Amino acid sequence: MQNFIGVDYFDFDSLLNEEEILVRNSVRDFVSENLIPVIEKHYEEATFPNYLIPKLAELGIFGANLPEKYGCANLNNVAYGLIMQELERGDSGIRSFASVQGALVMYPIFTYGSEEQKDYWLPLLASGKKIGCFGLTEPDFGSNPGGMITRAVKDGNSYVLNGAKMWITNGTVADVAVVWAKLDGVVKGFLVEKGTPGFSAPETKGKFSLRASVTSELIFQDVRIPLENLLPKADGLAGPLGCLNQARYGIAWGVIGSMLACYDSALNYSKTRIQFDKPIASFQIIQDKLAKMLTEIVKAQFMTLQLGRLKDAGKLRHQQVSLAKRNNCREALEIARAARDIHGANGIANEYPVMRHMCNLESVKTYEGTEDIHALIIGADITGIQAFR
Amino acid sequence: MNIVVCVKHVPDTASRIRIGANGTSIDTSDISFVLNPYDEIAVEESLKLKEAQGGNVTVLTLGGENASSSLRTALAMGADEAIHIKAENWQGDSYATAKNIANEIQKLPFDLILFGKQAVDDDNLAVPQMVAEFLGIPSVTVVVSLEINGNTGKAEREIEGGKEVVEFSLPVAIAAQKGLNEPRYPSMKGIMTAKRKTITTIEATQFEAKAKIVKMEIPASRSTGKILGGVSELIGSLKNEAKVI
Ligand SMILES: Cc1cc2nc3c(=O)[nH]c(=O)nc-3n(C[C@H](O)[C@H](O)[C@H](O)COP(=O)(O)OP(=O)(O)OC[C@H]3O[C@@H](n4cnc5c(N)ncnc54)[C@H](O)[C@@H]3O)c2cc1C
Repeated sequence: MQNFIGVDYFDFDSLLNEEEILVRNSVRDFVSENLIPVIEKHYEEATFPNYLIPKLAELGIFGANLPEKYGCANLNNVAYGLIMQELERGDSGIRSFASVQGALVMYPIFTYGSEEQKDYWLPLLASGKKIGCFGLTEPDFGSNPGGMITRAVKDGNSYVLNGAKMWITNGTVADVAVVWAKLDGVVKGFLVEKGTPGFSAPETKGKFSLRASVTSELIFQDVRIPLENLLPKADGLAGPLGCLNQARYGIAWGVIGSMLACYDSALNYSKTRIQFDKPIASFQIIQDKLAKMLTEIVKAQFMTLQLGRLKDAGKLRHQQVSLAKRNNCREALEIARAARDIHGANGIANEYPVMRHMCNLESVKTYEGTEDIHALIIGADITGIQAFR
Repeated sequence: MNIVVCVKHVPDTASRIRIGANGTSIDTSDISFVLNPYDEIAVEESLKLKEAQGGNVTVLTLGGENASSSLRTALAMGADEAIHIKAENWQGDSYATAKNIANEIQKLPFDLILFGKQAVDDDNLAVPQMVAEFLGIPSVTVVVSLEINGNTGKAEREIEGGKEVVEFSLPVAIAAQKGLNEPRYPSMKGIMTAKRKTITTIEATQFEAKAKIVKMEIPASRSTGKILGGVSELIGSLKNEAKVI
């Protein structure tokens, strides 16, 4: 297979250091050789390529920005973002898997967990021996998670959980669920292990998007867990929102990968597809579409890199993450749609990656805060007036 | 076992190559460089041997400032240390390159020197044999299987239409062919550890080249194909245009 080169129209690489480039190239090659050859089959069959989990773990993908003492690589946040970009260049489903494992399961255990929880779970999750999921969304509470119904009640030596979560990535395959539930009216995080009586996680079928990713419902019926399974340092909605901020940061980078894949495919296709005796790339309308795609990629690259530099400097504000997540998802979807157009009928076929990326991005635009909700977060920040309630 | 792996920083084969203004080298301004793919195989083999039998792996390159990134890649894969023979805008031939490499390796303890069978940029397939010759040791090229037992070893090499099995004593120079192994990807942890490993730098000696590049050309682009309407049109075309029947 031909190596993938990507887009570097403004000498973006000169702003990356040696290990950031090494990280990107290593994951890029891994994705080209291990994921892209099999992804269409998994997408069609609606299965996750499970056999890649140990390989991803060996590469050091899970929780790559967490400390070495837990078996992680301690990468900076830019290198972490570049991993997300390269995974999503392959497929949003793989990036989602890594985002959930790293940003939504390892991160809360690392940030809100006890020493025992960290020492036990983080090495197992980093090595892919255990898989995690993150349960916040409920059937009746999506954009407004604060209204959640799932409850925990203390009863002797245990907490008893009741309620349901929906649209949970990796739910069915997870060994441990980070579950957000109200305890005496306050949102708290709990670790619920697979196999705990009363806990089930049936898979959600019939998705047109993120088909190479497992999505599930989590059902809790008098699920009894030990007191030490509470995440001691999470208190209130800030707990889960702190995790979402990590994951949204990864998505802002990730969807640049979808942009690169769609642009690359569209550019190559337009140069080889002949209509009216000329490559379609010679028509001004096609060139205009390609120029727009390239422009949005370059803009996203620089904005997102600065987002990462701010995060590494400890100066990042969550509203900035909202802005980047919102912009990049929307533009990635626009690029995917334009790329699909350029491919004509071939654009709907799985011989090309564009329709798959386009369908995936519909989920990516919705989860971790919809485009509207992020607009309202930015709006509240710049006007001082909260519009969502 | 002390293993030295010689690697080269080469243009990515997916890059679009343009000839430079001097007409004898390529324009490097817009292309990305990588660790030569055959050398990746050599690095992998050294790591497998080290993991199985213990030892130390030194990677060595001759190249400009930027070539250090290929050394970093090899260190991130798991090599222990690196030597960079600095040669900015190197105009030397295989002889001058091999002479520099041999001189440097002579200063090190070595039992095994690994190379890729060729560099994908200039395709000379010459340096491994020359280095072996300068050092007075055997060389085995185009190797697809390698076994080292103490002071001796056995290699399988690819030959036209078959395989050849060769025995040798150490020290030896081995040039790796595709199929010898599947190179690992530098892991995230390996990349971070590589930051703490040392690259020793020395200046290249400008030995007089025995051969000189006088001209470089991009192959003429192939004319586009033609779709014909049927067998009779094909026959007509072969007769009147190609004039082959
Ligand atoms: C494939 C997939 C995987 C997912 N994985 C996970 C997971 O692992 N864990 C998890 O907890 N969740 C997960 N989710 C859930 C996801 O985070 C929610 O779907 C998302 O937060 C939106 O919630 P909702 O679907 O209930 O939409 P709703 O909140 O019902 O929104 C519907 C529409 O109304 C708009 N809207 C809502 N409120 C307002 C307002 N105040 N002003 C203006 N417009 C508004 C929204 O923007 C949207 O357009 C996943 C979703 C998908 C599709």
